[in-house]
Amino acid sequence: MHIQEELSQRHVLSLTVSNEAGILARIAGLFTARGYNIDSLTVADITDDHAISRITIVTGGPPKVIDQIIAQLDRLVPVHKVTDLTDAGPFVERELALVKVAGTGEDRIEALRLADVFRAKVVDTTIESFIFELTGTTEKVDNFVALMRQIGLVEVGRTGVVGLMRGKEAN
Amino acid sequence: MAEKSGADILVECLVDLGVEVVFGYPGGAVLPIYDALYNHPTIRHVLVRHEQGATHMAEGYARSTGKPGVVLVTSGPGATNAVTGITDALLDSIPMVVITGQVPTQLIGTDAFQEADTVGITRHCSKHNYLVKDPAKLAGVVHEAFHIATTGRPGPVVVDIPKNVQIATAPYARPELKVHASYRPQTKADAAAIDAAVEMLAAAERPVLYTGGGVINSGPQASALLRELAALTGAPVTSTLMGLGAFPASSDQWLGMLGMHGTYEANWAMNQADLILCIGARFDDRVTGRLDAFAPNSRKIHIDIDRSSINKTVDVDLPVVADVGSALDDMIALWKQRGHQQQDLSDWWSRIAQWRAKRSLSYPETGPEIMPQRAIADLYQACMSTGRDVIITTEVGQHQMWAAQHFGFEAPNKWLTSGGLGTMGYGFPAAIGAQMGNPDSITICIAGDASIQMNIQELGTATQYRLPVKIFILNNEYMGMVRQWQELTYESRYSNSYSESLPDFVKLGEAYGWTGIRIEGPEDLESGIRQMLDTAGPVIVDCRVAKLSNCFPMIPSGAAHTDMLLDPNQIAGIMSDEAKALV
Ligand SMILES: Cc1ncc(C[n+]2csc(CCOP(=O)(O)OP(=O)(O)O)c2C)c(N)n1
Ligand SMILES: [Mg+2]
Repeated sequence: MHIQEELSQRHVLSLTVSNEAGILARIAGLFTARGYNIDSLTVADITDDHAISRITIVTGGPPKVIDQIIAQLDRLVPVHKVTDLTDAGPFVERELALVKVAGTGEDRIEALRLADVFRAKVVDTTIESFIFELTGTTEKVDNFVALMRQIGLVEVGRTGVVGLMRGKEAN
Repeated sequence: MAEKSGADILVECLVDLGVEVVFGYPGGAVLPIYDALYNHPTIRHVLVRHEQGATHMAEGYARSTGKPGVVLVTSGPGATNAVTGITDALLDSIPMVVITGQVPTQLIGTDAFQEADTVGITRHCSKHNYLVKDPAKLAGVVHEAFHIATTGRPGPVVVDIPKNVQIATAPYARPELKVHASYRPQTKADAAAIDAAVEMLAAAERPVLYTGGGVINSGPQASALLRELAALTGAPVTSTLMGLGAFPASSDQWLGMLGMHGTYEANWAMNQADLILCIGARFDDRVTGRLDAFAPNSRKIHIDIDRSSINKTVDVDLPVVADVGSALDDMIALWKQRGHQQQDLSDWWSRIAQWRAKRSLSYPETGPEIMPQRAIADLYQACMSTGRDVIITTEVGQHQMWAAQHFGFEAPNKWLTSGGLGTMGYGFPAAIGAQMGNPDSITICIAGDASIQMNIQELGTATQYRLPVKIFILNNEYMGMVRQWQELTYESRYSNSYSESLPDFVKLGEAYGWTGIRIEGPEDLESGIRQMLDTAGPVIVDCRVAKLSNCFPMIPSGAAHTDMLLDPNQIAGIMSDEAKALV
């Protein structure tokens, strides 16, 4: 007998939650306990009084599993609202990456040229290296990192995705 | 404002919340609370023998009275011993509040003596939990904890209180209930969903009402409404293990329990139905069998207070998110308002009659031994003839299924069993808790020889509080359910399922001041049962039954309802790896 995996779709979920002890463990633990995936998770408080945090989770699964994930998250006492940005309509998603690249001569020039194309900023430089700061979709960051790998990628730090619905309404 | 210690605040809250009984066990980290309870005028503390016992007692108390069960245990091992019962209450949606002591705040995280990460350990086996670090916040938390435990889909809530928070003082006034703004269970159904549900039900030609524990949780009113809806529609009614008693077993419309050990007629009716109205049940794998063959030609309506139960395993056509009682009330009102009449269901009922004619719960009685099913049937008759209120609890195994099949329940809150978690060791403490809450009822734990040993130490608790609990052991000298699966799947290689070195249960009971009765054969059965029921104090009955009986009907895991096995001759003795891999 062999174990079969199901096909999965990427979804970006945006949650507002009470900013209280253990909330992150509650959410992360729910994903592990029920066997859901987390591709990325970001969290920061978003109100004046620091009472509410927004958590953005990139997850994957068949539609039925995504629906379950949302229902299960919604059931947690400190979770205020769960929005599936992927399903809810047009939305903006961005992540920030810091990308360290080392090289000299032509490589160095090529790195700068590519950074320009991607609108990445140089935030640190030595004679032999740069750190680029890049924001964009996950795909854009992936592409940039893939190119830099050919030039002399040293290391990468990424924030994971944050997202908001387009338009004037709050979510 | 007067200052009070955390321990006094806690006890004050319990009084304000109407708590009459606390099941607990003391230890270093709860000594301040125990001192506040010392000679308390209204709160009765039941001293258990093991913290797991306390949790199941609280569950039994809750399930039989409708009130939340309350548990008090110390930090570390006290809390970890409570984890099984907390998980059990989560799976069966039992309202329970568990108060755990914790090491003082300044020692948290230092691997202090009897420190365990109680909120970490119970985070995913409780409905919600708290670590309270400030006595000024304690009252608000305790009130919210009871609110969360008892509303929406009920469940266990854990409140972890460090010892210094129990001793430190804070100004206290009875708090207003302040609940997380994000906690707002939907209890009232959308009108459009009720409308659609009523129309689907009115048009159905082969309807089945598939009911579950949610009907019981919703309160006795929901059971009354279920009966009314059944009378209005004329539809057959089946139930999960957890829902038994919500609909009377004596009704002509009753099909018996469904699922793995359900009746032929219940499972075939589900399979052939054109409309399934699921009321407070959750399409559990014990009920559905093979998913792609489950009720293939039916439309499905699902009433559940927990949206996450909807479309979890089985896709439904119409979700109705609501408290069962409220939804039934709305449906009945609309049904009447529309002037709907019962469909002519006579074809449907005649098909059901054919399935019933299989008499799937019958069992052979040829040998010299007591058949376990007979023991339950006789126990049921004897209980009925007492004319008294009877509460049945069970352990887990074959005896549990036989009790579900052969004991008829007429009213809700009289049948307490561990359905979701299937916890051996649940039944006996649950009976003690139920007896505490229902002093005038006959409370009987139907047990197996193996399960009863899992919390046997609670014999002392019943003795101490003079609780006249009865334990009725169907002693087959096997972990019968395990043995049955080994017979079915592993060619009768009975690996570690024989109950070796059983104690003498009669003497064991007597050692604790109980009455012990042994029933050896069919000739003693009636008199033994009568003696048990006539004895005023606690009684343990060792009823020797046929050792190798199997529980039928049975849908092997992963099989379709239509592949139900009715008798031992159909056992293959071997299974594919795919089937073996299912639980
Ligand atoms: C705590 C726990 N451990 C293991 C099991 C697995 N299990 C299910 S039924 C059973 C055997 C029960 O034997 P007994 O109590 O004698 O009941 P019988 O089936 O013989 O009626 C076992 C071991 C369980 N349900 N719970
Ligand atoms: Mg047994």
